[in-house]
Amino acid sequence: MAHRIEVITHVNDTRSEVMRKNLVSEGFAIETAKVLEVYTVNKNFNSEEIKKIAEILSNPISQRFKINEPFKDIDFDFALEIGFLPGVTDNIATTAKESIEGLTKQSFIEEESLHTSTLIFLKGKITEEDTKKIGNILANKLIQRISVKDKTSFEKDDGMGLSIPKVHLSSEIEITKVDLNISEEELLKLGKEGILNHDGTRRGPLALEKDYLYAIKQYFEKEGRSPTDIELESLAQTWSEHCKHTIFAAEIDESERTARARASEESGSASSKQRELINKDGLYKGYIKKATIDIRNKKGKDDFCVSVFSDNSGAIIFDENYLITDKAETHNSPSALDPFGGAITGIVGVNRDTIGFGKGAKPVLNKYGFCVGLPNDEEPIYRDKDLKEASLAPKRIFEGVIAGVNAGGNQSGIPTPQGFSYFHKDYKGKPLIFVGTVGLIPKMINGKPSHEKSAHKGDKIVMIGGRVGQDGIHGATFSSETLSAESPATAVQIGDPITQKKFSDAIIKEAREMDLYNSITDDGAGGLSSSVSEMAKECGGCEVDLDKVPLKYPNLEPWKIWISESQERMTLSIPEEKLEKFIDLMNRRGVEATVIGTFTDSGKCILKYKDEKIMDISMDFLHNGLPKKTLRTTYTKIEREEKALKEPENLTTTLLELLKNPNIASTEFIPRQYDHGVQGGAVLGPLHGKGRVMSPASVTKPMIETTKGAVCSQGLYPKYSEIDTYDMAACSIDTAVRNSIAIGGKLSHMALMDNFCWCSSTEPERLGQLSSAAKACYDYAVAYGTPYISGKDSMFNDFNGFDKNGNAIKISAPPTLLISSLSVMDDVTKAVSLDTKFAGDLVYILGETKDELAGSEYFPEGKNVPKVDALSAKKLYEKVEKAILKNMIASALSPSHGGLAATFAKKTIAGQLGMEIDLNKIPREKDLQRNDFILFSETQSRFVVTIDPKKKEEFEKLFESESFACVGQVLDSQKFTIKGITDKTIIDTDIKTLEEAYKSTFKNY
Amino acid sequence: MSNNDITLGKDRFRRDIPQTTSLSRTSQGSVALPKVLVLTGYGINCEEETAKAFELSGGLPTIVHINDLIENPKMLNDYQIMAFPGGFSYGDDTGSGNALANKIKNNIEKEILDFAKQDKLIIGICNGFQILTNLGLVPAKENKYGDRQAVLMHNAHARYECRWVKLKNTSQKCIWTRNIDTLHCPIAHGEGNFYAEKEVIDSLIKNDQIAFKYIKDDDSPANQEFPFNPNGAMLDIAGICDESGRIFGLMPHPERFNSFTNEDGWTLEKEKLLREGKELPTLGKGLQVFKNAIEYFTK
Repeated sequence: MAHRIEVITHVNDTRSEVMRKNLVSEGFAIETAKVLEVYTVNKNFNSEEIKKIAEILSNPISQRFKINEPFKDIDFDFALEIGFLPGVTDNIATTAKESIEGLTKQSFIEEESLHTSTLIFLKGKITEEDTKKIGNILANKLIQRISVKDKTSFEKDDGMGLSIPKVHLSSEIEITKVDLNISEEELLKLGKEGILNHDGTRRGPLALEKDYLYAIKQYFEKEGRSPTDIELESLAQTWSEHCKHTIFAAEIDESERTARARASEESGSASSKQRELINKDGLYKGYIKKATIDIRNKKGKDDFCVSVFSDNSGAIIFDENYLITDKAETHNSPSALDPFGGAITGIVGVNRDTIGFGKGAKPVLNKYGFCVGLPNDEEPIYRDKDLKEASLAPKRIFEGVIAGVNAGGNQSGIPTPQGFSYFHKDYKGKPLIFVGTVGLIPKMINGKPSHEKSAHKGDKIVMIGGRVGQDGIHGATFSSETLSAESPATAVQIGDPITQKKFSDAIIKEAREMDLYNSITDDGAGGLSSSVSEMAKECGGCEVDLDKVPLKYPNLEPWKIWISESQERMTLSIPEEKLEKFIDLMNRRGVEATVIGTFTDSGKCILKYKDEKIMDISMDFLHNGLPKKTLRTTYTKIEREEKALKEPENLTTTLLELLKNPNIASTEFIPRQYDHGVQGGAVLGPLHGKGRVMSPASVTKPMIETTKGAVCSQGLYPKYSEIDTYDMAACSIDTAVRNSIAIGGKLSHMALMDNFCWCSSTEPERLGQLSSAAKACYDYAVAYGTPYISGKDSMFNDFNGFDKNGNAIKISAPPTLLISSLSVMDDVTKAVSLDTKFAGDLVYILGETKDELAGSEYFPEGKNVPKVDALSAKKLYEKVEKAILKNMIASALSPSHGGLAATFAKKTIAGQLGMEIDLNKIPREKDLQRNDFILFSETQSRFVVTIDPKKKEEFEKLFESESFACVGQVLDSQKFTIKGITDKTIIDTDIKTLEEAYKSTFKNY
Repeated sequence: MSNNDITLGKDRFRRDIPQTTSLSRTSQGSVALPKVLVLTGYGINCEEETAKAFELSGGLPTIVHINDLIENPKMLNDYQIMAFPGGFSYGDDTGSGNALANKIKNNIEKEILDFAKQDKLIIGICNGFQILTNLGLVPAKENKYGDRQAVLMHNAHARYECRWVKLKNTSQKCIWTRNIDTLHCPIAHGEGNFYAEKEVIDSLIKNDQIAFKYIKDDDSPANQEFPFNPNGAMLDIAGICDESGRIFGLMPHPERFNSFTNEDGWTLEKEKLLREGKELPTLGKGLQVFKNAIEYFTK
């Protein structure tokens, strides 16, 4: 018999109060909300036992419980219960089960189970329909179920009743052969919508294009048989854009200019400039990877790269004994459907890219970047023509992804000192959710270089961590498609950070040093199909028994087991003689570890299910069989006009409005809820100064016992993309680099990562924009000597759906490039924060201000988007670095979104000291003679710094050959004034007014 | 370089290796170094910096997995100090600190209570404090060790909060807060709202068990005002000890203030010191908590 335990909190019931407030703010007339926890224990216990169980699942001081009967003293109109759908991970239930087993010394056997749910009693002027609506807001119907009862039926039924969500899958497991001798139309449909089920439905996108399908057809014709379903699914996973980055690998036939250059080359008359244009190697090899190769060659013995592009993360030298790794990922599609789930699995997933680097690096800091629609945009859009499947509003996506990274990062014990939020109307259809992790690993482990690993023939294939279920089926192929009504619900995943924390500790802190495995990798996109077949490349083959894979529930079809993206798993290659010791260690750490097969050198990837061979594909075809694409690109730059813009009469108002712009305003509520102190190495985190201003860069000591720090920053300018993607990329790079320099980063020990999030990447124009941005990536990385060590691309950030009138719409995310920088500074005590320090300090601007207003937060239109002169910037950066090392700079911040005006204001708010500035003194282009242009132009490669007046001479001498000037000073008052170029005061306000504006936009978040 | 400076590499602590001898002597042969068992496993995540803080304070920490302790509880005899570090044991499922406390109670309750009753020291930081209250090791009114008497509830504003707070030592009895008047310290938690029934609170006051209270920048009481009191705790309680002063639970993280450069606003302090021509300190003031524990055995 099953039991139902309900737990109520009777003192300080914050959760219920928050629930009431939230529902009221959603517009429901709720007087009271009461939130209860429910445990449904599907196992027989006597009354004594179940009472003891209820006691350990509740708190005797703040809570009370009822067993198999409802609380009768709650005043309510409707009861709403939210539980999980069958098969969805229920973390609390797993923990509760363990506690119960420990208490009773009885195990839950196969048919027994435990489930949790949340019961909410609502009182107020609401209807049953309202309650259902509330349920749909609180629950995510892709993973949760709701049930509603009014008071009468609740009392009649004596409560909500017992409900046990168990998965029942058909026990008939069959392996389907897929006939490829079908019409081209059918073949294409197979690629787009998936394998046909018996009932006429299809299994979901394979994302296989025509030439891929024909390559597969040809292979199996040669083999003389039809492929099995699992073979086809496996190829689709392995060849997906998400896994193979086919667009970045494709040969690029770029623009007409390039075509002309090609013709000239063939005729032998190409100029060197023309030769440069031709890129036969594609974007990745020809630009990104080439930048790294060229930089490393030039650096020679000063090269600090150790492992680039080949592993789950990239690694550079940290100090003589350690390497530091970096990786950034996106989790855009899942986050659009389920923001919390998408973000938590994103952050916990990128942690595994750290744990899966080399022999296993320890995650030492997390980073985030949320690009979402405008937070006040509530105009609904729909995925389907019948307007039944509404997309989530940008604000809900924003709040959901914040909560997801909160749960994932905080629970994993990894600090999050670095991140940003960016808003643009075109992120409404598909948000971009960036997550990144920096890791640390000793250079040598057990006398071997830690970044080298290889599965050996005969090693056992061992899977550790979570079990496999239906979650995340088709995640990799789905990410390679645009978001539409066909997007599979099962692509959603639930994160379980504690399961991962357990194996992460067991691997990095114990098994690694015990030398128990030869290779390790993450089970990410594509699940086992990807991890096992990638590792099998190291030895030349594998043989897997899929029925050995531990499942969340029985009778999962083999193809699903193979490609499921169930979270928190890794795959290891373990020599037979170390197997027992490894499994024993894992079990002692509460980690499930299972042998699922053997690595071989057969040249084949073989899968078996209950002794039947269900997949037998050559490793070579699996990994190299996909035809190389040739992409045709065009890039027509629209001849834009510099629009006339009237100078505002009251620039104080303009500045205050700008500080409220969500892309400039404080989102302090995010870092406040992200632990940025855990691991004990915080140096300069997300908020600086007494005024708590958001910093674009951070410094963290990954080891308490050193003085060395990891300096991180990020840069992106989506608004520049529509004007010029080349300059957009240049500015992103420059920003990531100079933010790092401003806080104390070291240019000669700085690496970059590129995360391209593009849209409509089959259209030649978009590809032309992409190619241009990638070229800038080469040019600027080489100019700064900052190699790329890792990167990722996501090429289809488009939404195809319908507006509220049922008209088809397409919303494409603006072409976005996130550049992340990672630098190592030798002595963290040299780090410089952005807040002004003392009254009387002098304010300097380093670098020239130009008429580059276009695409700015002040004036998002126009033509003159900022351009970067890397050679002069590099000279300046090296001097800033020197000045910081000599303790000459008391505070520093480099202008980016919002220009100089936002920078002055932020420094003032942070230091809580007044400031006066004279615009006339600002070094600028000769013909730049407008106050607003000087204030808001987002010209790159500049710094605003304050210095101790005693250091004036020394400081000015160092910068004498640069464009720089003393433009004002820090005041011992609350005043903030800026004198315009005609000597008239154009901005006159105070710290409090600035601070209120800066902190107003997200005040109620 | 002062003798406070941290040397690279040499002092990496061991994990998981039970010690056979109870006290060792330094090369000077003068002072015995107390051994510290730092617990880990199941989502505890501050074990390394907690161990490091004890090490920098002169202790000999060993990180021990809860399952190894359950397998061999006798190892407790080798230690003078036990630390329950911060983290997210069991992801806060079934209540923060509850599931790990249940695991201990289900397996080694007697051994832990024995340790608590001896002349030894225990600290629980953040999630460790939540575990201590669920184990009934604090406040342990009338020496009823094992009895749940207080609870750390959801923060009043219902959200995880990470920031620096100021603390006032208000206990003469607590061994862990000796030589501290006020301390700037980071907090990072979602459930730090201390609550107990009136008779428990009365006895905490009567027995001098309130060790740390949240205060404002000018040292006046926080009076439950956010953000000075970050979670709404009764009487601004940030940490309490048992009636003997040996067992200490607190929400703030003193181990995260191990270096000068950890402190919120250290760059302003640096600038001030540089202009005064003074040297920058290296270690953080949070270490005093750990030094007090070590000195309890060595002085």
